[in-house]
Amino acid sequence: MSTQTPTPVLQARGLVKRYGHVTAIDGADFDLLPGEVLAVIGDNGAGKSSLIKALTGAVTPDEGEIRLNGEVIRFNGPQDARCHGIETVYQDLAVAASMDIASNMFLGRELRRPGPLGSVLRMLDKKRMREEAAEHMADLKIGLRSLTQPVETLSGGQRQAVAVARAVAWARSVVVMDEPTAALGVKESGQVLDLIRRVRDKGLPVVLISHNMPHVFEIADRIHVHRMGRRAALIKPGDYSMSEVVAIMTGALTVDEDGGGTVVADAEAAKAAGIGTN
Amino acid sequence: MTTSTAPYADLTGPTLARRIMTAPTAGPLAALVLACAFFSLATDQFLSGGNFSLIIQQVMVVGTLAIGQTLIILTAGIDLSCGAVMAFGSIMIAKMAAEGTVPPLVAIALGLAVCAGFGLVNGLLVKLIPLPPFIVTLGMLNVAFALTHIYSKEQTVADLPSQLTFLGNTFPLGGTDVTYGSLVALALFAVFAHLLSSTSWGRHVYALGNSSEAARLNGVRIGRLTIGLYALAGVVYGIAALLLVSRTGVGDPQAGQTDNLDSITAVVLGGTSLFGGRGSVLGSLIGALIVGVFRNGLQLMGVASIYQTLITGVLVILAVTVDQISRKRTR
Repeated sequence: MSTQTPTPVLQARGLVKRYGHVTAIDGADFDLLPGEVLAVIGDNGAGKSSLIKALTGAVTPDEGEIRLNGEVIRFNGPQDARCHGIETVYQDLAVAASMDIASNMFLGRELRRPGPLGSVLRMLDKKRMREEAAEHMADLKIGLRSLTQPVETLSGGQRQAVAVARAVAWARSVVVMDEPTAALGVKESGQVLDLIRRVRDKGLPVVLISHNMPHVFEIADRIHVHRMGRRAALIKPGDYSMSEVVAIMTGALTVDEDGGGTVVADAEAAKAAGIGTN
Repeated sequence: MTTSTAPYADLTGPTLARRIMTAPTAGPLAALVLACAFFSLATDQFLSGGNFSLIIQQVMVVGTLAIGQTLIILTAGIDLSCGAVMAFGSIMIAKMAAEGTVPPLVAIALGLAVCAGFGLVNGLLVKLIPLPPFIVTLGMLNVAFALTHIYSKEQTVADLPSQLTFLGNTFPLGGTDVTYGSLVALALFAVFAHLLSSTSWGRHVYALGNSSEAARLNGVRIGRLTIGLYALAGVVYGIAALLLVSRTGVGDPQAGQTDNLDSITAVVLGGTSLFGGRGSVLGSLIGALIVGVFRNGLQLMGVASIYQTLITGVLVILAVTVDQISRKRTR
């Protein structure tokens, strides 16, 4: 990587995590630059989720260091990572179905009313939470007819939008999205991709974990290809074809150290993936 | 999801129509009003202040238990031990105070603490092992039941000091005699209605019942919350024990044997879902009143007690059916 690159928002070097004899993270590096959408892809079992868990505080790595905005940091649980401005949109969205949008947005961070009503009676400032929720939704151009309907009455895409809006509302540094389009139809997926773009345009970098290659190529600024517990490649989607990226993911191709081209590592696999071995 | 940013019509809160339509207590309240209307027409004695005061006295013990039960059921748990814990608390308070082991107020405090202890043990077992609430509280039901009989030596404790029966005393309110205990029970409902609907703690209880994983991922300390809820429910059962002693004027080791099921009945009739995350203590108050009104009204009509039980059973099944159907609709 060239020396002119800006300080990564989130960076990891040589992360290792072992579970008994299994090495889930095997010396993984990670770089997320300001204002980019970084897709993290990898085959099942490649260790994507272990890496993401380490970066979001859910897992403490055995070795290696994580830097947030250039400073070395150790997360003491997911809550700690959130306190440092790293928000995660989980695959199952982690919303409370019978509660409304504003309640979900402020879940775990409720606002209390000013004065003795808040300090003595511990009363919530429901109005302010609704207003701020409405602001956040408008900020991301998420239009919903009502803020007071339970989240369970929303469509899958709308729920995803609420979960994204919640993460963006609290994230100061990074938003991590775990398979945000996995459960959605074509149209709703498109809307969520638009939403991710708007998040990036606000200046928040996004880590997008996805299996969906077309979505990754549509939206990612860079792609982190994870393979066998470490980063196999960090590439720009324009520089490689989709089938080449799949080939890197499966180990048929490896990327040159210079990042200039690919080297066939497994000729048969590459041929099977439809890539010429010139 | 559209890209319009039209202002929300409900920024100031749910509209009145939505509040009424979505309130889980709307159905139970309608049922209560209908039942009252029916019995007012069917019997002459039903519609009077004295009779309403009597109904409240009759339901206040089970109603108070139902507050604790609601807390547990909101987390998708269930508490079979509440009646037995209350019975142990009541016999302990009565015996210690009557024998003069400790001053009456200390006896009350110890009784509340012991009930809280039962709840705490329930909570620890449910959360830390973890075990299903049904099994834990089934075991605790037997433990508390046995301890009640061992401790009391099967003897009813009478001649209680006046501090213990004070809540059973009445004061006139608009020509009707109301017991202080009824007020305590109603106040307790108001306190918990406030806590559940208007505080962070309440939001976290609902979130926990909806999805404990979602609550955890959003920073709710679900272990502490769950264990605290069971202990708090224990305290509420202790207050119910005091109300029981004050109402009956004795410490009775046989008391409260079906109160666990009656409290669940009240909670379910009040529209609280056994699946957790939906419901309210006001619903449980309404549920307890529905049972009380039916029992009282049928009594006044001269219907035998066993038929009252039969009708209560049918009501419960109806209530759960309505809950299930309405849940399917919203999905």
